[in-house]
Amino acid sequence: MSESFDLVVIGGGPAGLAAATEARALGLSVALVDEQAEPGGQIYRNVERAEAEGRAAPLGDDYRRGLGLVRAFRASGATHFAQHQAWQVERDGRVFVTDGAKSRLLEGRRVLVAVGAMERPVPIPGWTLPGVMGVGAAQILHKSIGVLPDAGVWLAGSGPLLLHFAVEVVEAGGRIAGILDTTRSFAPATVLAHPVAALRGRSYLAKGIGYLARLRMAGVVRHSGVEAVEAHGEARVSKVRWRTGTQWHEAPATGLLLHEGVIPHVHMTQALGCEHAWDEAQQCFRPRTDAFGATSVEAIFVAGDCGGIGGAIVAEGRGRVAALGIAASLGRIAPADRDAKAKPIRDGLAPHEAIRPLLDALYRPAPELLAPADDVVACRCEGVTAGRLREAVSLGCLGPNQAKSFTRCGMGPCQGRLCGPTVTGTIAKALGQSPAQVGSFRIRPPLKPLTLGELATLADLERGG
Amino acid sequence: MRDADVLVIGAGLHGCSAALQLARRGFRVTVLERRHVGRHASGINAGGVRTLGRDPAEVPLSVIGMAHWHGLAALVGDDGGFKACGQLKVAENAAEMAKLEARVASVRRMGYEHEKLIDAGELRRLVPALAPHCVGAIHVPDDGAADPYRTTHAFAARARAEGVEIVEGEGVTGLDRRGGAWEAVAGERRYRAGTVVNAAGAWAGRIAALVGESFPLKTRASMMMVTERVPMIVSPVVGAVGRPLSFKQSPEGTAIIGGGQQGRADLDLEQGWVDVVNLSRSAKTATDLFPAMRGVGLVRAWCGIEAETPDRLPVIERSMAVPDLVHVFGFSGHGFQLGPVCGEAVADLVTRGATELPIAPFGSARLRPAAAA
Repeated sequence: MSESFDLVVIGGGPAGLAAATEARALGLSVALVDEQAEPGGQIYRNVERAEAEGRAAPLGDDYRRGLGLVRAFRASGATHFAQHQAWQVERDGRVFVTDGAKSRLLEGRRVLVAVGAMERPVPIPGWTLPGVMGVGAAQILHKSIGVLPDAGVWLAGSGPLLLHFAVEVVEAGGRIAGILDTTRSFAPATVLAHPVAALRGRSYLAKGIGYLARLRMAGVVRHSGVEAVEAHGEARVSKVRWRTGTQWHEAPATGLLLHEGVIPHVHMTQALGCEHAWDEAQQCFRPRTDAFGATSVEAIFVAGDCGGIGGAIVAEGRGRVAALGIAASLGRIAPADRDAKAKPIRDGLAPHEAIRPLLDALYRPAPELLAPADDVVACRCEGVTAGRLREAVSLGCLGPNQAKSFTRCGMGPCQGRLCGPTVTGTIAKALGQSPAQVGSFRIRPPLKPLTLGELATLADLERGG
Repeated sequence: MRDADVLVIGAGLHGCSAALQLARRGFRVTVLERRHVGRHASGINAGGVRTLGRDPAEVPLSVIGMAHWHGLAALVGDDGGFKACGQLKVAENAAEMAKLEARVASVRRMGYEHEKLIDAGELRRLVPALAPHCVGAIHVPDDGAADPYRTTHAFAARARAEGVEIVEGEGVTGLDRRGGAWEAVAGERRYRAGTVVNAAGAWAGRIAALVGESFPLKTRASMMMVTERVPMIVSPVVGAVGRPLSFKQSPEGTAIIGGGQQGRADLDLEQGWVDVVNLSRSAKTATDLFPAMRGVGLVRAWCGIEAETPDRLPVIERSMAVPDLVHVFGFSGHGFQLGPVCGEAVADLVTRGATELPIAPFGSARLRPAAAA
């Protein structure tokens, strides 16, 4: 009992929506699987509802861009599996999904993995205290149910999303305690080192400067040059400490929102056995692909941030280009036609892609985020510290997969989704190797939380069919 | 060139156990392991330590082997997490119960008393969480479960402490006979030894092929899954008569579900792939027997790969084709419990050419009817 499609797209963000729409226009049958009730992904989360309720405009023009994308997808004729989780994807294109009660099988001749980015883990002292969370998670709360942080909440970290979210909060009438900016190399020198990038991507730079100006006008406190942040408290965070140079400062806090940029969500492509490479500039793993997003596994393509961070506009373009590559790989359009259609899309992406090296250099994470101090928790599910990992290395542990057996790290409910980069980084540093050499956790099914009962429904389906 | 008396290929439980026993007899032993200790089936199996329900040919060796588990701390300095929590094989209806009765009777006729028949009431007392349709079981109270990775590492650590050299990341690609001894080729290096032990698990057939021996082997990829932590609902390891199942709860509270549903193995990639349709059958069996588990989250599924013979009994013998080669492989999904005792059998075969341990059924002649005729 299954349903077949030319293309199964996993993820309803800009890359997935654009790819599904483009693939339908090329005559492919398309299913799009997405966890959310409405299309949009993280960046355009709930954009239709927000527009209908008049909440979209304050969230900005960048956010409203998603409306067009969502409407085109709605009109495309793709089958939308909303509120479905893809918990297993096979190399032959089979996608197992669940709606939370029952599992079903979608058979794709091709699969496009468009699952986006995740926030880089920020393992600082105290990061597991209640009241400490990711800026991305806070933004989801705001976009989906309108919750704003209270005035005692600090934002700490680096990267465009941090400032963007601060602006979002103040413009929605909220207040925050302040921003602890850990951006290491501030603009002038770094910008001068990437003059072409800066020129071609000047709209991004202007946006960043605009954010800072708006925050200043709103009277938001911002401490720059922050080199270390700690969360303190008993039952929950009650105080933040930070260091500039050799000087420690502290302030009361009712919450702490952390952000050190985003990295590709690679669990699905890793579980599929696609080849991955270590991206030195972005300090993360990403799948190896050709110019159309084809991975080392024939049936599997990727587009959007899960193939390498590029942002929403780049994701949208790469989604369209991937749809062209997929249609050609299925013999539905000729290679020449594919290339001709891809060219204007790629030309349009060039200025957006050009800014990336500069952003990567500006927001490069501090080394201690990849390999934290001994007493900092690396794996929160199993309570394993970075020191315990180093101890395992001294006992002969050669990589993350062995570290599981030595320490149980990565074996809890999140299955290393969160701690993976920290574990790889810590072991690599301890061994004096690159992250590529020590590798990452082998990802095992299921990719998403699944109960035994939901899994058992597959056996029932089989018997019924 | 490095010299040893004995070269063991494969640092799984069987390789490490044989190496340890050989070292105790004064032999210089080198173990060559392509990846790392316990990388495949030895380190990631379900950890069941079971005499219950074994093929009659395996019962004598398995029963002797149980003493090694109860004395594991004395043997290797660590108990490998072994707990004698008992094992059960559950009948879900009267026809299955009749099978269990016949089974226990036949084991008794062989002279073994370890398998005990229990009725529905006793079963309920032992495992209150079991579904009410279950009508009885075989119970072996002395059986149990251990931590496979910890056990394999305990054997490796003890072997190293007693002088064994275990070289990880060293895969054997050639075996040559030179001047009455073996030369194993591993990358740029060569290792020389009087005797070779083939304990290469899923790849044992490939090692045998290096010296021109061929066995009718398939590869098993037995799947297991582990759930999130839940309150303790079951102490013994629970199996079933009519469908594959091994269900137990770890000391951490996670439930570990195995039983032999098959994934897919790739010997070249050295990897197993979970087959989720087969896995769903395990989930169905587990939730049919333990209805309270339906809402419990599955955390991870994986498979361990190893060699399977046509009759699912291992090969433990001195090679019939070439001198000074001892085979120990093909445990077909139930070799973990036999690991400690087999180390002694292999050491006997290496040092004396024979053993008093009951391994007669495990000669490979049985697998080659044409050659035997």
